[in-house]
Amino acid sequence: MAERYFQPEIETASREQIKAWQDERLVKQVRHVWNSVPYYRKKMEEKGLTPDEIKGTEDLHKLPFLSKYDLRDAYPYGMLGVPRDQVVRIHSTSGTTGKRVVAFYTQADVDLWDDCTARALTAAGATAEDVCQVSYGYGLFTGGMGLHGGSQKVGCMTVPMSSGNTERQIMFIRDLNATILCCTPSYAEYLGESMKEMGLTPDQIPLKAGIFGAEAWSEEMRRDIEKTLGIKAYDIYGLTELSGPGVAFECSAQQGMHINEDHFIAEIIDPDTGEVLPEGQQGELVFTAITKQAFPLIRYRTRDICVLSREKCSCGRTFVRMSKPRGRSDDMLIIRGVNVFPSQIETVLLNQGYPANYQIIVDRVNYTDTLDVQVEMTPEMFTDSVGEIEKRQKELVAGLRTMLGLTAKVTLVAPKSIVRSEGKAVRVIDKRRI
Amino acid sequence: MSVKQISVFLENKPGALADLTRVLAENEIDMRAFSLAETSDFGIARIIVDDLYKTTTVLKDAGFIHAVSSVLAVKIPDVPGGLSHVLSILNEENTNVEYMYAFLGAQAGSAYMIFKVAGHHKAAAALTGRGIRLVDQEELNEL
Repeated sequence: MAERYFQPEIETASREQIKAWQDERLVKQVRHVWNSVPYYRKKMEEKGLTPDEIKGTEDLHKLPFLSKYDLRDAYPYGMLGVPRDQVVRIHSTSGTTGKRVVAFYTQADVDLWDDCTARALTAAGATAEDVCQVSYGYGLFTGGMGLHGGSQKVGCMTVPMSSGNTERQIMFIRDLNATILCCTPSYAEYLGESMKEMGLTPDQIPLKAGIFGAEAWSEEMRRDIEKTLGIKAYDIYGLTELSGPGVAFECSAQQGMHINEDHFIAEIIDPDTGEVLPEGQQGELVFTAITKQAFPLIRYRTRDICVLSREKCSCGRTFVRMSKPRGRSDDMLIIRGVNVFPSQIETVLLNQGYPANYQIIVDRVNYTDTLDVQVEMTPEMFTDSVGEIEKRQKELVAGLRTMLGLTAKVTLVAPKSIVRSEGKAVRVIDKRRI
Repeated sequence: MSVKQISVFLENKPGALADLTRVLAENEIDMRAFSLAETSDFGIARIIVDDLYKTTTVLKDAGFIHAVSSVLAVKIPDVPGGLSHVLSILNEENTNVEYMYAFLGAQAGSAYMIFKVAGHHKAAAALTGRGIRLVDQEELNEL
C-alpha cells in the first residue's frame, strides 16, 4: 500500500523548506508573544532580550524556557496571547497533581490542531471510507475532541464514543463496522481482552488500525494489542500545553514519531544545565509553538526524556522523528528496578472506572520494594457482595501489572481517607530509606 | 415479601466498626439484625434497622459508603431440624444461599434468620408455598 499523506506538500517538504517556514514563523511568533504576553516579555527583558535579536531558528537557544511552574504562576489568563473574544475553546489537564493547566484556542488554533491529528490518522491509513471510533474521553481532556476534529477533517464517519461502557463500545465497533479506533493503549488492551472473552477472534473484529496515546506504552503492549484486535497500532504524542495529541505521530515505519515541524520546533536539552544537545543525544524535549496564537508557548519544557532523529524515514515524510518518551525527568519512581509514573497508575484506575482518588505507598520490606495502591471506595463501586468487590480488586491488580510490569497490592479505603493538603491530594508516599 | 438490608463498606483498620456503631447510636438507630463479612482487606457490615430512610441519610452524611438490598427474613421453629428444613426447601428449588445470619430479636418457640439468596422471588414463593413464614419489615420492627 502506497503511503498516504494528509498534506503531502507539507509532510514531505524539503528540509530547507521546513527550516524556512520555521525561521519565518519563529520571528513572527516571538513578536506576537512580546506584544501580547507580558509574562513572557518580562522573562525576555530579564535576559536583556528584544524580539529584534531573534532572526531565525539559530537564535532560538537565546530565548528563556517556560515550565509547568510558569504555567501555574500564570494561571489562568497570564499566558493568553489574544483578546478573550477571539478564544473559541479551552482544554485543561486533569490537575490531579495540583498543576492544572488551562490552554486556549482560537478557531485557527483548532484548525491547525485538527490538521495535525488528521495527518496522524492518514498516516495510520484512514480515509473518508473509514468509520473512526473515538474512545478517548471528551471534555476538558484533549484526547476526544482532538482526534474527533482530525477524523472529521479526513472525512471519516466519526463515532464520538468517549471513554467507558465497554459493552456499548464493542457493540458500536461491530454494528457500525468501525475500522479505526482512537483511545489510550491500556483501554485498547482492555477492549481487546473483553472481546476475546466474548469469544471474538481478530477476523470477526472490523478494526484495521488504532491510534493510541496519552500514556506511556511498551512495544510489548503494542504487539499484544495488534494481536488481539487484529490491527496495526500507532502511537501519537502531544500535550495539552501544545494543543493536545498530534504534536507528533507515528507512520507505517513505526520508527519514532514525526513531529509536525511546520507548527512546532523541537529541541533536546540537558535537563540539568538547559544546554541544547546535539542530534542523537538523549535529553529533555522542549517545544516552541510557532503558529498557535491563543496559547503561544516558547521553549516549553515537556519533562519528557527522548531522542530526536533526522534520518530519512522510509515513509517519505521529512519531519524529524522523536523516540517514545523514556520517562519524565520528574515524578518518576523506581520500584524493583522498574520505572513507575503515578500517571500510569492513574490511567489504569480511570480506565477501570475508578475515580482518581488514590495514593501510592512505596516501602521496602526484606530488601524488596513494595507498591501499595490505595483506592478510595465509591458508591458506584460498592456492592453487597464480597466476591464481586474482590473480583474488581483483582482486575485492578491485573491492569496495574499490564501497565507497570510489576505486581502491586490494591487496598480499598474509606472515602476521603486519603490525605489532602491545600486541596491537593498527596499521591506518593515513599517510606524507603535508601 | 422481603426486608431491606443496608450493607456498609468498612475499611480494614482499627476503629472502623466502632465509628459505624457510634454514628448509629448517636442518631438513636435501633439495629434489628447485624452481621459482619470480612476479608483480609476490607469488611462489609450488614444491618437491618427500624428506620431505613433515616439510617441511609445518616450514613450518607457521615461519609459511609453503603448499598441497600432485599433479603428474606424467615421465621424458623425453634426445634432441632428447623433450619435444615428451610434449607432443604431452598435446595430443592436449586436456590443458592449467598449468606445468612441470625436475627437479634426473639419470640418464644421461634427463631428468625436473614437469608440472602440468588433468585429472591422464586425462593420466597417456594418457602411460603411450603408453609414457612416470611416476616416483613413492619412485623420485624415489632419483634
